[in-house]
Amino acid sequence: MTLDTVGRAHETPDERQPYTELGMKDDEYARVREILGRRPTSSELAIYSVMWSEHCSYKSSKVHLRQFSTKAPKSDALLVGMGENAGVVDIGDGWAATFKIESHNHPSYVEPHQGAATGVGGIVRDIMSMGARPIAVMDSLRFGAADAPDTRRVLPGVVEGISSYGNCLGLPNIGGEVAFDPCYIGNPLVNALCVGLLRKDKIKLATAPGPGNKVVLFGALTGPDGIGGASVLASATFEEESQAKRPSVQVGDPFMEKLLIECCLELFEADVVVGIQDLGAAGVSCATTELAAKGTGGMDVRLDLVPLRDPTLRPEEILMSESQERMMAVVTPDDIDAFTAICNKWDIPVTVIGEVTDTGRLVMTWHGETIVDIPPGTAADEGPVYERPLHEPAGQSALNAADPAMLPRPSDLRAALLSVLGSPNIASKEWVTSQYDRYVRGNTVLAQPADAGVLRIGEIMPGATTTNRGIALATDGNGRYAKLDPYAGAQLALAEAYRNVAMTGAVPLAVTNCLNFGSPEDPEVMWQFAEATRGLADACRALGVPVTGGNVSFYNQTGSAAVHPTPVVGVLGVLDDVGTRVRSGFTEEGARVVLLGETHEEFGGSAWAQVAHDHLGGLPPAADLPAEQALAKVMAAAASRGLLTGAHDLSDGGLAVALAEACLAQGVGCTVSLPGDDAFVDLFSESSARALAAVKPEAFAEFVELCHKHDVACYGLGVTGGASLVVEDVLEIPVDELRQTHQATLPAIFG
Amino acid sequence: MSGARVGVVTFPGTLDDQDAARAVRLAGAEAVPLWHADHDLKGVDAVFLPGGFSYGDYLRCGAISRFAPLMEELIPAARAGLPVLGTCNGFQILCEAHLLPGALTRNAGLHYVCRDQKLRFENVDTPWTSDYAPGQEVVIPVKHGEGRFVANETTITGLEANGQVVLRYVGNPNGSLNDIAGIRNEAGNVIGLMPHPEHAVEELTGAPGTDGLGFFTSIMKALVNA
Repeated sequence: MTLDTVGRAHETPDERQPYTELGMKDDEYARVREILGRRPTSSELAIYSVMWSEHCSYKSSKVHLRQFSTKAPKSDALLVGMGENAGVVDIGDGWAATFKIESHNHPSYVEPHQGAATGVGGIVRDIMSMGARPIAVMDSLRFGAADAPDTRRVLPGVVEGISSYGNCLGLPNIGGEVAFDPCYIGNPLVNALCVGLLRKDKIKLATAPGPGNKVVLFGALTGPDGIGGASVLASATFEEESQAKRPSVQVGDPFMEKLLIECCLELFEADVVVGIQDLGAAGVSCATTELAAKGTGGMDVRLDLVPLRDPTLRPEEILMSESQERMMAVVTPDDIDAFTAICNKWDIPVTVIGEVTDTGRLVMTWHGETIVDIPPGTAADEGPVYERPLHEPAGQSALNAADPAMLPRPSDLRAALLSVLGSPNIASKEWVTSQYDRYVRGNTVLAQPADAGVLRIGEIMPGATTTNRGIALATDGNGRYAKLDPYAGAQLALAEAYRNVAMTGAVPLAVTNCLNFGSPEDPEVMWQFAEATRGLADACRALGVPVTGGNVSFYNQTGSAAVHPTPVVGVLGVLDDVGTRVRSGFTEEGARVVLLGETHEEFGGSAWAQVAHDHLGGLPPAADLPAEQALAKVMAAAASRGLLTGAHDLSDGGLAVALAEACLAQGVGCTVSLPGDDAFVDLFSESSARALAAVKPEAFAEFVELCHKHDVACYGLGVTGGASLVVEDVLEIPVDELRQTHQATLPAIFG
Repeated sequence: MSGARVGVVTFPGTLDDQDAARAVRLAGAEAVPLWHADHDLKGVDAVFLPGGFSYGDYLRCGAISRFAPLMEELIPAARAGLPVLGTCNGFQILCEAHLLPGALTRNAGLHYVCRDQKLRFENVDTPWTSDYAPGQEVVIPVKHGEGRFVANETTITGLEANGQVVLRYVGNPNGSLNDIAGIRNEAGNVIGLMPHPEHAVEELTGAPGTDGLGFFTSIMKALVNA
């Protein structure tokens, strides 16, 4: 068996290397040779191939993502922006929140349970590595048609994976989305969000400064998880030891992750961590190169010291292993004993595997022989950057020309409402959310199906100020809108998440995003991506909420069929006094029902067009960002003055669905009349920047004045009360019938 | 006030300890953290075993925790009359430790269930439930995958005959025999229940209402009056 050392690389410059199999292009391989002045060793090739992969290097998306920085609105709240493990936002009283959303799409199709579970685990470690205590998770899920046979395999597995991992980890799941569309059948989207809390003066960064400081690996042992690529290397170099038949999806251990959380918090509290990084995609390769590149510049690592679950692992495999529940820290020699003692208390394996240097080189040895000797920045930061060709999809103008105005409209609006309300995208998601613990840690103020999840800042953290503040979080996306117009679709996703946060009375502060697209090598997909990022960056600037981080997921396609472009946007907002939060829907009888915002005839990409006609065409609703901002201001002021007993945003399914959901929230009906002259348009149009407010009767005049002040159109529709949804002269449906229709759909499909 | 001290136990994988401690404090008692690896009950007047997934529940729920050093202290103390309440994983641990009869198995529906559960009190003659009335209906969340209470027929008959059923589900979420949601030992000092009263103690957070607070005010009174 030959160990491919640096010496050997010098001696055998012409040895053929399996870079193509590892996904590297000819010119990328040539560039590595140029950087090193020789051929890479197989371990170095392992590092460069994963670090320069699309997943780690963002090589196709980088040129577009820069807009999130160059167009970023000025924000006093932003403490850490893009480029770190997660963004950090100042939420007041000395507290900071860190949040991020990330995809785990492909693994969740291959093995739904573990794919989704490890998706939760990965994002939670990102949050931990900022020095924060993770306090909640959310999930944005998209599947093929609800009744497709494979959806019955994928959805229950994904939900069970999130449920078993998140519940066992002890994080409340406070919201998210579940959507269905045939375009996701071979490519489900599983986007997981985590939010954490920390003292604003205690932020940790992924950096390894200080020569002589120790490099510590702690957490789970390293095994042959997710190293499909590495087995190519192993089989090419070490024919006799090839172990290609390995599971390609990692397996999660939420119990270990829970211990890691508590252990990390004690380590932070004891102040024995100089820098920290979680091990996610590309495992040790990523953690060592990134820590070294951001620190003093050099690191010596003895790779043979990495504790293994499978002692036969080769160095290349160790470098690429994606075993879960592992972290890497940089610790001063003086603190090593204290660090180890805390890990021991939590039964966490801990191993010193190396040392920070000032050589500017990342050097790794394997039983005394040098197998890696590279400038770490070349792997971590100087990967290839592509300006991929792009052009508008061939069918785009025909798609936009297929105006839903041509579609026959229903004569029976009662039946139309019930069919939209019971359609899988709108129907109750309780089948999913009842499998998630939404209460653990005791700070959940609002959770699904509320417009946004709301948490009290009630964590006990030494040295922190007690506060009445709370945070609100929502994620939204609409692939149908984005398919019709990716620029507007991305803006509408942001607008909806922003609006949902505003519904609770919170002031939206910052954004995270998960951009789910097809292959970047397809110019039509690349056009969608470019349009969506441009739209999102422009909208963030218009709304004054910066992007703090996120994730790009490409290659969500089977053959030439890509998923709808699906930017999913998460928004975080702050309530100065969480006690003033506005609950979702109608919560009391006798409140005045007010419609906020203007309704236009907008049916492109609408839920009605999908349910009634299986139609996708035309243009999505116009995104009116100044109107969204004004609406949010009205809601924040009304909440802090205590004018409301409830609220609900208008989105998919328009006013009809919003009214039905508002009635379903607490079983309180309403009697309303419609403001316009076309009941169908009033009920089912999906114009943006609209909401329902349930106003205390004595506060009605004050609320109307507030709307006028902010130039938000408001229409008094009626009052809450009774056991039915009554739209005068149009329809009347008992709340029980609404509930039956809303709740029956998912259990009928998934059991 | 004598300063009632209620221990809240943390095993590796315990999740609701922060919540339980908060509920203890809301009722006016002192919450004393107890660590699984210590042979030390720190002189507490009562013990709360919170929910979670101790040791990941990879083996039978509670089967490992039951052997923790702390349990070596707790088991004899409970047999000697120390008030102990176990919820969810805590209930499972109490059954594994044979402080309570029966076992908690996989939910009949096979899924984890988190919901605001309607419950009815049966026997309230325990230090943890004196603030409730027999027949009183309350809403307290359940959240578990393995909460289906089972026992042999003799045990069930005995529990019913001796008035050891404390709480019953109104609308059974997991297939528990006789809709049993919570039981007590013969002496009445050890209670186990699947619902989580610590998640129903404040208007702002958790389940709607504060129906769970009575468990904590009850023990507070029992200890102060003792």
